[in-house]
Amino acid sequence: MRTCLMSKGIFVSALLSGALAAGAAVAAGGEAETHDYSFSFEGPFGTFDQDQLQRGLIVYQEVCAACHGLRYVPFRTLGDEGGVGLSEAAVKVFAANFEVFDPELDDTRPALPTDNFPANDTVDAPDLSLMTKARAGFHGPVGTGLTQLFKGSGGPEYVASLLLGYTGEEKDEAGALLYENTAYGGGWLSMAPPLVDEIVEFPDGSDNSAEALAKDVTAFLAWAAEPKMMARKRMGFTAVALLVLLSVLLYLTNKKIWAPVKRRKRE
Amino acid sequence: MAGIPHDHYEPKSAFAKWFHARLPIMSVAYDTLMIPTPKNLNWMWIWGVVLAFALVLQIVTGIVLAMHYTPHADIAFASIEHIMRNVNSGWAMRYLHANGASLFFFAAYLHIFRGLYYGSYKPPREISWIIGMLLYALLMATAFMGYVLPWGQMSFWAATVISGLFGAIPGIGDAIQSWLLGGPAVDNPTLNRFFSLHYLLPFVIFGFVALHIWGFHTTGNNNPSGVEVRRESKEIAERDTVPFWPYFVIKDLFALAVILVVFFAIVGFMPNYLGHPDNYIEANPLATPEHIVPEWYFLPFYAILRAFTSDVWVVQLTSFITGGIIDAKFFGVMAMFGSIVVLALVPWLDTSMVRSGRYRPMFKWWFALLALDFVVLTWAGSRPAEGIYAIISLAGATYWFLYFLVILPLLGVLEKPLERPVTVEEDFDQRNPLPAEAPDGREAE
Repeated sequence: MRTCLMSKGIFVSALLSGALAAGAAVAAGGEAETHDYSFSFEGPFGTFDQDQLQRGLIVYQEVCAACHGLRYVPFRTLGDEGGVGLSEAAVKVFAANFEVFDPELDDTRPALPTDNFPANDTVDAPDLSLMTKARAGFHGPVGTGLTQLFKGSGGPEYVASLLLGYTGEEKDEAGALLYENTAYGGGWLSMAPPLVDEIVEFPDGSDNSAEALAKDVTAFLAWAAEPKMMARKRMGFTAVALLVLLSVLLYLTNKKIWAPVKRRKRE
Repeated sequence: MAGIPHDHYEPKSAFAKWFHARLPIMSVAYDTLMIPTPKNLNWMWIWGVVLAFALVLQIVTGIVLAMHYTPHADIAFASIEHIMRNVNSGWAMRYLHANGASLFFFAAYLHIFRGLYYGSYKPPREISWIIGMLLYALLMATAFMGYVLPWGQMSFWAATVISGLFGAIPGIGDAIQSWLLGGPAVDNPTLNRFFSLHYLLPFVIFGFVALHIWGFHTTGNNNPSGVEVRRESKEIAERDTVPFWPYFVIKDLFALAVILVVFFAIVGFMPNYLGHPDNYIEANPLATPEHIVPEWYFLPFYAILRAFTSDVWVVQLTSFITGGIIDAKFFGVMAMFGSIVVLALVPWLDTSMVRSGRYRPMFKWWFALLALDFVVLTWAGSRPAEGIYAIISLAGATYWFLYFLVILPLLGVLEKPLERPVTVEEDFDQRNPLPAEAPDGREAE
């Protein structure tokens, strides 16, 4: 028993040192690093944290929306249950903060709940509607997909890591200012560090350190990319439960109808 | 070959007799459902029903999706998001459909490898096998075109790469490629015709599935022993078989329910696991993704396509002999299509008189290696084509061809098969020994 425990310990430490060595190699190669932040919506039973999504919405509106759009997200879905969960009146007030182009008026007007968030191409920043699904923070190992199986694709983790991955280094390249970021594939990107401590004040006085803000806005973006997540997981749970029950019933039926055949009873 | 003798449909009521005299459809349905089926079929014989389910699932969800999707390059991507966000249960339809393709291929591969191991392709079932291969080709074409419809980055670049395969044909390649795409590059005409064909082909598949079933209902099912069902009389045939209903319907439904537990867990809890994040970025002809990777079910053939680079001697030799007409690119394309052609020709490449791999001591190992080869090629296809992965791909591709073109023809001559059961009944009885009799005459537990 004891040797068994020992060898298990050796095995674990060998694994750990292997992982550390791999980590060092990645860092030396200047590869992107995604930190495994934990979110409430992870796993089969994870749900969105409504308060966090509402804080994230504020961060999006006050910081991200300056350059980025959210063109596929309708304002009315901010009122959806299991998501941000704003009241109907609050959605109306919130939507009116944005100007959208109305082809019938041939002019802009304040947005209504039935409109989508406006696209934003002022500085050519990518749209954020699907960002947490369009990026992968976790890969491998060696193409087996096991990491993604256990930890998820790492889209939200990537977004949060990027928001917090700035080293403070800047460089001027062909007239454009680039910022060094440990989470970004190329190492340097053109987005200036968007979040600093206390850049946003929450009405309820919630934590507004840069890390808290990054996690809040990432959670909001994860909702924006997959607003039906709660309904989907509910369907998955119901379907799995019913199918397990059906499997048991069919197993018993199958056993019963085959029993006479296996006992060579022929009618 | 006459079918297995069995009871036929007898119309009972006056209406049934009247109807039967005019359209004997009940008779066809009865014969199909009550077909005598070898009673020793094992759990590898369930994939046909899984495939039938997958086809119906894809057609039903696909028809609903088509009601809300717009096949235009400018708004196709947005219309998918419309389905995901605004259409009631649209997200469920789309995730079922996208993952349904994976279920379809997963079952198809196990179905094909079942046939390869138990010799289901051997006489008299060659036609069913060939139709099966045709179904597989149609499935690949349909899945590929379906993957283009969301008009994401991977959609667009997969269409570019795959249509480029036809561009590799010497002389006429460029003309064929632009004919297929409806223009010099992947664009709106490509999306339109892919949508049209993606809607059409499933119904063609449906028709061929009917022929596939008709074929093996005429010859009778193969079975794990490879021994034919006796058909001298109905009484003797009944010693080897049981009717499809209820014995195999219930068994297959049980297996299907278990598989669907996993399927719905994936759809419900990790619907994007099998997809690629880049396909959530709208197609952009000006930005090529870092790695263009096909869906997992195409990876083995993608690995074979990339394996034959210009530094491989076979490629150099072919290029030299043909005066450069067959270059490395075209060689790779031919290897990829050839890897499926050899699969289709297997009824004539396998020289063994013994049907089931169970009684072929040498074949077993080569077959196991082929199955492993398929997994390794799948993995190698997902890796960048460089360094060790290029070598593994080449070795895997080489074994694939060796198996079909050299090993299978030779094994039939070299191998000494094991003793086989004489009848299906004997095989069934061996595998299902009667419980030992207790002294008082009751069966022991």
